[in-house]
Amino acid sequence: MANLKTTIAGIEFKNPVLTASGTFGYGVEFEDFIDLNRLGGFIVKGTTLHPRQGNAYPRLAETPSGMINAVGLQNKGVQYFIDHIYPRLKDYDTNVIVNLSGSCVEDYVTGAEMLNSLDKIPCIELNISCPNVKAGGMGFGTQPKLAEEVVSKVRKAYKKPLIVKLTPNVTSIADIARAVEAAGADSVSLINTVLAMAVNAETQRPVLSTVTGGMSGAAVKPIALRCVWQVYNAVQIPIVGLGGIMNATDAIEMMLCGARAIEVGTANFIDPTATVQIIDGINEYLDRHGCKDVSEIVGALKV
Amino acid sequence: MKKTIADFKVVSNTTLTERLFLMKLTPADGSVIAEAKPGQFVEVRVDGEPKVFLRRPISIHRIDRENNHLWLLVQKAGNGTNRLSELCAGDKLNIVYPLGNGYLLEGRRVLLVGGGVGIAPLLETGAVLKQMGSEVTYLLGARSAKDLVELDEYRKIGEVLVTTEDGSVIDGLDCQKGFVTNHTSFTSGRYDAVRVCGPGPMMKAVAKTVALWPEQKEKSHYCEVSLENKMACGLGVCLCCVEDTKDGHKCVCSDGPVFDINDLKW
Repeated sequence: MANLKTTIAGIEFKNPVLTASGTFGYGVEFEDFIDLNRLGGFIVKGTTLHPRQGNAYPRLAETPSGMINAVGLQNKGVQYFIDHIYPRLKDYDTNVIVNLSGSCVEDYVTGAEMLNSLDKIPCIELNISCPNVKAGGMGFGTQPKLAEEVVSKVRKAYKKPLIVKLTPNVTSIADIARAVEAAGADSVSLINTVLAMAVNAETQRPVLSTVTGGMSGAAVKPIALRCVWQVYNAVQIPIVGLGGIMNATDAIEMMLCGARAIEVGTANFIDPTATVQIIDGINEYLDRHGCKDVSEIVGALKV
Repeated sequence: MKKTIADFKVVSNTTLTERLFLMKLTPADGSVIAEAKPGQFVEVRVDGEPKVFLRRPISIHRIDRENNHLWLLVQKAGNGTNRLSELCAGDKLNIVYPLGNGYLLEGRRVLLVGGGVGIAPLLETGAVLKQMGSEVTYLLGARSAKDLVELDEYRKIGEVLVTTEDGSVIDGLDCQKGFVTNHTSFTSGRYDAVRVCGPGPMMKAVAKTVALWPEQKEKSHYCEVSLENKMACGLGVCLCCVEDTKDGHKCVCSDGPVFDINDLKW
């Protein structure tokens, strides 16, 4: 059995398998199926400073090997998380990470300051894929300057490590990654969902209430692999890879491209035990390839 | 109720009408089917159809404890359910269950109103209510008499009243032309609880009528309906299947699928 322990920004993970925000609730929803303590960590659903109702129904379109969602960050806000959710999560023997979103820099900063007080949360994942309402709705993560601004301000406000989650809907994800690294990010996670659209030919209407949405699932893995590889060749900080990981082989591919840890997302909808199967599968792969430590495959792609 | 993921084996898969089919399943490992409440549902993984990615939510039609069979009454509605209709005895399928909240089971005289494939969860619901000592009346609506399936099963549980849109009749049943809300037995003063499952417009019509009955005003959970918004996870985490209720967005999969009509913005 190989060593699966992985360290990112000084935080030790018992294995490289985490869950993607918005696909795993607050973890407790999966307790009937798996032992949450087996996970390297889990990232709870996207949280914003103020509560959000999210978008109108319909929010889901199925696509070949994937799905498009338009949930719109429905959540009860940071204070609700601190008061009602955190007490239920703080005793798990795994890393519970909060995914923080915002629609202006001030909201990110205030949210991050509030999360400083939670001792058992070792780091936050900053979702910068959201539109900046004060910059005409332009996504924070789509311009190096906007990305740099929000990350550097949150960096000053938040005391613990910061993982910045990147959107693939940009011309050069490497440029964005370099910008957030320069602004003080301890790690980057990628990719967020791919901007997409579904149409009903019979009704001649869009499927989603918001017309466009974010695509995830097996279909986006090739895009995710390309992004992880490009970012791996652009920055020094560790990468958490996600996007279309359905099984251990997908996870291994992501790690070969440079991801030190991975997040399992949409696969949780298809198989609520996907995470633990991926942990077992990575272990089996490492044994089969004579690896003593999971770090041996990170970025080991033979190009 | 503890949720589980398990492989089931198809015992039989029977075509009932052009669109409806009945699958009888049993756990592949021979274990006993998990406890489930009437009105709960299962999420079935559809294998061997590349166009299908997500599981399909299907309500529990009946749990035959004697034979350890789980019955699913399914309507062909697209690639996923079409594929399920092709499965043969001995084929396996993977199921996550039981999901959702189920109906509140109470009342001495209970009316179960079903339309189309929405009659599915009402078989188990009626069976359990009967066991609890309730007197069950079914009011089943269909386009035509030939679309009504498994009437013998429903008749074992309680009186079956029928409405058909085209006026076609079934021998031995009180069969009236129109929608379920047009049936002469669908009136105030007869029932202690009403449980509904069917197409949206039908459930809304039932809810609108029942809302005028004095008993609905006096009693919470007098009338419950079962929704079927499009969903992915079935576990309350993807937040895709939300219904806009008086208390904000609620997940049909985990807060429902059964809702008190008082809580809906209908």
